[in-house]
Amino acid sequence: MELRKDYFADVRKDGLHEIGQGRPRLDSPGHVTGKTAYFADRNFPGMLHLKMVRSPHHHARIRSIDTSEAEKHPGVVRVLTAKDVPHNVYTILILIQIGPEDETVLADGKVRWKGEAVVAVLAETERAAQEAAAKVKVDYEVLPAVFDMEEALKPGAPLVNEYHGQNYYLYDSGECRKVRFGDVDASFAQADHILEQSYQSSPIEHAPTETTGCVVTPEGNDRFTCYTNTQAMFFTLDNASIILQMPGSKLHFVGGTVGGGFGGKVDVIVEPIAILAAKLTGRPVCFIYSREEEMQISSPRAAEKVVIKDGVMKDGRIVARKVTGYTDAGAYSRHSPYGAQKGAAHYPGPYTIPNVWIDTYCVYTNRTPSSAMRGFGVTIGDFALEVQMDKLARLIGMDPLEFRFINAYRDGDMKAHRQPTEGAALIECMQAASRAANWPVAEKYMAMSSYRKGV
Amino acid sequence: MAKVPVQFTLNGSEKAEFVESGTTLLHALRDKIGDTSPKGGCHQGTCGACSVIIDGELRLSCLTLAETCGGADIRTTAGLAEGGVLHPLQRAFLDAFATQCGFCTPGMIMAAKVLLDRTPNPSREDVVEALSGNICRCTGYEPIIQAVLAAARANSQNAA
Repeated sequence: MELRKDYFADVRKDGLHEIGQGRPRLDSPGHVTGKTAYFADRNFPGMLHLKMVRSPHHHARIRSIDTSEAEKHPGVVRVLTAKDVPHNVYTILILIQIGPEDETVLADGKVRWKGEAVVAVLAETERAAQEAAAKVKVDYEVLPAVFDMEEALKPGAPLVNEYHGQNYYLYDSGECRKVRFGDVDASFAQADHILEQSYQSSPIEHAPTETTGCVVTPEGNDRFTCYTNTQAMFFTLDNASIILQMPGSKLHFVGGTVGGGFGGKVDVIVEPIAILAAKLTGRPVCFIYSREEEMQISSPRAAEKVVIKDGVMKDGRIVARKVTGYTDAGAYSRHSPYGAQKGAAHYPGPYTIPNVWIDTYCVYTNRTPSSAMRGFGVTIGDFALEVQMDKLARLIGMDPLEFRFINAYRDGDMKAHRQPTEGAALIECMQAASRAANWPVAEKYMAMSSYRKGV
Repeated sequence: MAKVPVQFTLNGSEKAEFVESGTTLLHALRDKIGDTSPKGGCHQGTCGACSVIIDGELRLSCLTLAETCGGADIRTTAGLAEGGVLHPLQRAFLDAFATQCGFCTPGMIMAAKVLLDRTPNPSREDVVEALSGNICRCTGYEPIIQAVLAAARANSQNAA
């Protein structure tokens, strides 16, 4: 590893002892000896297996549910439906006041995506639970579904989620998150060139090697221990407390070891229903996604559409940027209103643009609910922005790296969402990249600095 | 359901269990015998996390019926360290940062062990081929390949 100490030499603190050192991870000895305890490595006598009956339809009204045959299946201990869940309608981000509650633990009267949990079956063996789940009869009235964000926003589109009342998340700023900075229309009128492009992405599954799940044991004193691979321990604890209407002091969560997450294990999906099952049966319960469930049911990264319109001058300055972003939340909010909001703050990119207009919509469709994944709300935006930057450079016949130097943000620059830039290091990164990639740029760019606007 | 007796050695120790007919070796090892080092990542023979060594052959324990393992010599990553001393492969995985979340690691080490037992000085291509049935989603394959090559070098130095 090479540490460049010439950058920011005047503000460096070199009393650091760990940076640049190779240190063994504390958990590695457990990994290489097979001793690390993942949640599914906990096995308790009398443990029950939970299997979900899931919606085969994208959008349907539930006329009736008949669990009588499933209950008679050998080995079945209990069958749970919506009425068994104390606080069945929830939303994860209610903990940070982002409502309304819009999702059911077990479907109540309606399903809004293909794969939605409807009935939970508990049995002595995984096989018995699976066989009994196949015997649950659900009578559906199939409803029209909408899968495309722009279709969903049109008047007359099927309403996906009644808890919202419209197919978009209503921010305090209205139908979208908005950033308004300067005067984009006046600047477009004066720009030498205008380039408008549309970028789209598909949902992406995290595909961890360890599937989502938990093991819950009743401790005999009305307390429950939940071994889980959640990446969001306290979100899960607090949401489970709300859903189960149990004080957090009754719930002991044990986690920390996750067999691959990438953001895919931050939703509160398996724990509340497994704890409820342990409470109602008085027995340990495990609820582990099959590989098929992990790939089809767990939240993916949201599909996004990003429309960027830029005004650029022949000398390389971007003078105006207008962005309309769409984030496909699927049928429920989960973390997507937050992801779309992050996009609004991010779309100018690491560039200083004097006139910016941004609208980002969090849209509901009858697709699998999306949620967190590595840099969600930002990663797809970065793909769109940097492809756009290359296209703009080509449009004005400029080297794409020099074009980025001209527009790079520097300390003290005001960002479009009214935060002054601090601690920028883009210029220095690009200088190092220029050398490393043997992609030379003009000397004046190599002399630039993030915090001295000498050039 | 009728139970079937099955007896084998696991990492050198005699084991005997009654299992339901159709029980996988993965289930028997993890839930009956208590060796949780083989992991269940897919239960359909595609990820390699459940890999074990049966009579010297690399096997997917999620696709192997326990009742077919009578008299077999079964080896897992849990039995690899001897007297508290890590196997060269385990040491190399530690040193090369070839394990991140760790879930694929026991299966990777089993696959690598079968390779090194047969091919003490493998080429990079040999290593890639030997690990091709094991999926990793976080560490990335390069540190794992480097770890296996480093373990082979360490073995040959010890033998010299």
